[in-house]
Amino acid sequence: MYGFLIAVGVVLLLSLIWMVYRIQTLVSVVKGSDKKIASSSNSVNAFLFIVFLVLFGGLMVWYSVKEFDNYTLPVASEHGIETDKLFWVTMAVTGFIFIITHILLFIFPYKYRYDEKRTASFYPDNNKLEVIWTVVPAIVLTVLVIGGYQTWSDITAPAPEKSHQVELMGYQFGWEVRYPGMDGVLGSHDYRLTSGTNASGIDFTDKNALDDFTSPVVVIPKGEPVEFKIRSRDVLHSVFAPHMRLKMDAVPGMPTRFWFVPTKTTAEMRQELGNDEFVYEIACTEICGRGHNAMRRVIEVVEPAEYRKWMAEQKPYIVNNPSLVENLTPDLKELAEITISEHK
Amino acid sequence: MATLAQSTASHDAHDHDHEHHEEGFISKYIFSYDHKMIGKQFLITGIFWAIIGGLLSVIFRLQLGFPDLELHFLKPLLGGWIDESGKLDPEFYLALVTMHGTIMVFFVLTAGLSGTFSNFLIPLQIGARDMASGFMNMLSYWLFFVAGAIMFVSLFIETGPAAGGWVVYPPLSALEQAIPGSGLGMTLWLISMTFFIASSLLGGINYISTVINLRTKGMSFSRLPLTIWAFFLTAIIGLLSFPVLFAAALLLVFDRSFGTSFYLSDIYIAGEALPNTGGSPVLYQHLFWFLGHPEVYIVLLPALGITSEIIATNSRKPIFGYKAMIISMLGITILSFVVWAHHMFVSGLNPFLGSIFMFLTLIIAIPSAVKVFNYLTTLWRGNLIFTPGMLFSIGLVSFFISGGLTGIFLGNSAIDIQLHDTYFVVAHFHLVMGSASFFGLVAGVYHWFPKMFGRMMDNRLGYIHFWLTFVGVYLVFFPMHYIGIAGFPRRYYSWTGFEFSNMYEDLNMFVSAAAIVTFAAQFIFLFNFFYSMYRGRKANQNPWRSTTLEWTTPVLPGHGNWPGEIPTVYRWPYDYSKPGAKEDFIMQTVPLSATPESNLPHEQELVKLEKEIMAEEQEVLVANEAKS
Repeated sequence: MYGFLIAVGVVLLLSLIWMVYRIQTLVSVVKGSDKKIASSSNSVNAFLFIVFLVLFGGLMVWYSVKEFDNYTLPVASEHGIETDKLFWVTMAVTGFIFIITHILLFIFPYKYRYDEKRTASFYPDNNKLEVIWTVVPAIVLTVLVIGGYQTWSDITAPAPEKSHQVELMGYQFGWEVRYPGMDGVLGSHDYRLTSGTNASGIDFTDKNALDDFTSPVVVIPKGEPVEFKIRSRDVLHSVFAPHMRLKMDAVPGMPTRFWFVPTKTTAEMRQELGNDEFVYEIACTEICGRGHNAMRRVIEVVEPAEYRKWMAEQKPYIVNNPSLVENLTPDLKELAEITISEHK
Repeated sequence: MATLAQSTASHDAHDHDHEHHEEGFISKYIFSYDHKMIGKQFLITGIFWAIIGGLLSVIFRLQLGFPDLELHFLKPLLGGWIDESGKLDPEFYLALVTMHGTIMVFFVLTAGLSGTFSNFLIPLQIGARDMASGFMNMLSYWLFFVAGAIMFVSLFIETGPAAGGWVVYPPLSALEQAIPGSGLGMTLWLISMTFFIASSLLGGINYISTVINLRTKGMSFSRLPLTIWAFFLTAIIGLLSFPVLFAAALLLVFDRSFGTSFYLSDIYIAGEALPNTGGSPVLYQHLFWFLGHPEVYIVLLPALGITSEIIATNSRKPIFGYKAMIISMLGITILSFVVWAHHMFVSGLNPFLGSIFMFLTLIIAIPSAVKVFNYLTTLWRGNLIFTPGMLFSIGLVSFFISGGLTGIFLGNSAIDIQLHDTYFVVAHFHLVMGSASFFGLVAGVYHWFPKMFGRMMDNRLGYIHFWLTFVGVYLVFFPMHYIGIAGFPRRYYSWTGFEFSNMYEDLNMFVSAAAIVTFAAQFIFLFNFFYSMYRGRKANQNPWRSTTLEWTTPVLPGHGNWPGEIPTVYRWPYDYSKPGAKEDFIMQTVPLSATPESNLPHEQELVKLEKEIMAEEQEVLVANEAKS
């Protein structure tokens, strides 16, 4: 019944629009405005550009100011402070151009709307102007690029030697986090070794792997360089830690990395924002399938001392899964047993 | 002179004879060789795809804006993709996003825009009877049609259409285990794109050879309207870049079906380690974006060309900096091939390569800036007539600025780290490439409708369509910048799983509502288009009082476009409001010698040359007449 009523309503509405349309067409024929070069609508359209400029300009400024704290994420890494600076410098430059060009673009239609008594000026070219607006943008862009280049080079430079390593391995759909353990070296891996108990495909014939451990949360120390070793075991993923201004694809078959220095502990950030539940998060930003929007991991930034304490408390993979080292050569097995007994 | 008139008359008679051989329905409307009919075929097909593409976006916007809404009412359309509780399937959501992108980029803005206007306008504006090869041209359309038919079928198969994003990055697109859309749906996608690439290449070769070889007498490259320059350069870009997409797709086919490892390596999926090693997913990205980035200009340049023409005509002013416009388009054409890796700054690309591409990318902003300033100066001190075409052209310039400027953020690799694959990117390319090109397409339809169908579209409906769409597009895409700066990732079925992105329900709802209204507003255009085709006011020969050649043909040009001789061209296409001239436009076919009152000093010198040529021609004509 409702469907029928809606259908009738739609038909009535459409016929109403149709009538209005026909009437205005006939009126314009009677008035002869369809013969004129520019009818009165010309001025209306010209005026609407001004209205649009004022209304949308105002809306943009109002919303940008009002929501500023909502859409700008707090930053928590050293390089993030730099890229944010670049972002806002670029925003200032482009914002200025955006406003100037749009004022001109919408004022000209109003100012130069059709007038029978006027003729347009025949002004086909001016090489001086062309040179000016080629060179000036070129200079401005060069300045922006050089700033970007320096920051980019610093960010992508090799990680400092002492940096803490954390392996993030993407899979459908989550992140496997692996720490190198006390030796500070991640053991090697081979995707063919992947199994239910060995999600990262760790190769335990490498003795560096014996003390590797996993963690449900990415714990990292504040103020010290951290290097994410990123890989994937199935399709492309991308590690995105928005507060760290960090993003890097996880590529099967090609390890990638990203190093950074966190500047605020989770606790500090909670205090700063007045939000006791705040956590740093990792999300996936490369389409990877059904659970693309659910690849969440929490990063916990702690004081260095606390980090070391936490590290010491963690138990290597092999402690909980001794079966992983059953088939090793005797000397490696001995090493493994020592590791296990140390953590018991 | 009498002989000349007579010869024209006899030609007329001859042509009329021709028309008496009534073409059959099939050769006139279906397998037509006529460039005008092929252009219209592309247009109608493009409109069909635009509706489908828009509809898909409305469905996924419903999910994003109203995540709690029960979508049972879509069940008749989507069937099993809506589950018992009325929720959209997340994998089908990804398929919707993928198909929306593929359809809009390739079928609407490449075929619908270039296909329509390159076909329709190139012969008319350069003074040619038809395209260089009518048969290839027909083939180009029908291959596109086949591509479309296959893609359309893929929307309805059980495992769903391709769902790996319009870029279809492997391994996701290569492995059926990763997502069901990568099964039959992806196979159909690849077959469809193969047909599409063949279609674009046939079209492109035709456009290029027509522009080079079939220009009428006097139509030198420096007298070509900017539309033709744009179509010409677009065709060159397409010809050089589409084969690379074909290569990328072919290798993907091998990986999918024949066990090669071009893109696959070290994969453990669905409980099984695959044997593939040594491939690189990044290789695919290089190949894809080698087309993918030029593709942006393939959709944008024709729109910019159309805009140049419409803005000049309706400002009653020559386009400012004709040569600078050509040089910038050439610059964009060349640079478009060396910026592709800016899509890959965080793909694991060598960071040094990243910095090279950052420099190259920001260089391409310069010619774009020059174009914007030239448009602004063309408007300055003009005498502007706001036809719907003109309104859409001004709208295009606005989008080109808004979306172009955000490109400066994304082209800067350091800033791109944060913004890559967030809604900031979505906002950026929907403005600069999506909406700008779409506006170019619509502007072109309004402007050349009288030439296509001999009738005028309704202006008032055009104004309403423009304002609703212009405001609507900004309401949809401008808020996305804020969402993007806040870090919301693209292609997310829902953001509520993360604390950094679980706000802005209101803004997303607003965007979705605006998108639905904007989509609905397009039906005003559709009505106007189809209604005016049959019932619109009859157009006169030159309704916009424009200077270019297409307006010298009869209102509805038949086969061969001009009933008599093809007109000769004596001047550039932008003699609007020339001081001293009687009217505010002088057509390209008016000899300089006929307008001594308005000639500029350097043109006055050309008059003598022109007269000599005309005298020679006359002799040849008389001699020919005597022979026959």
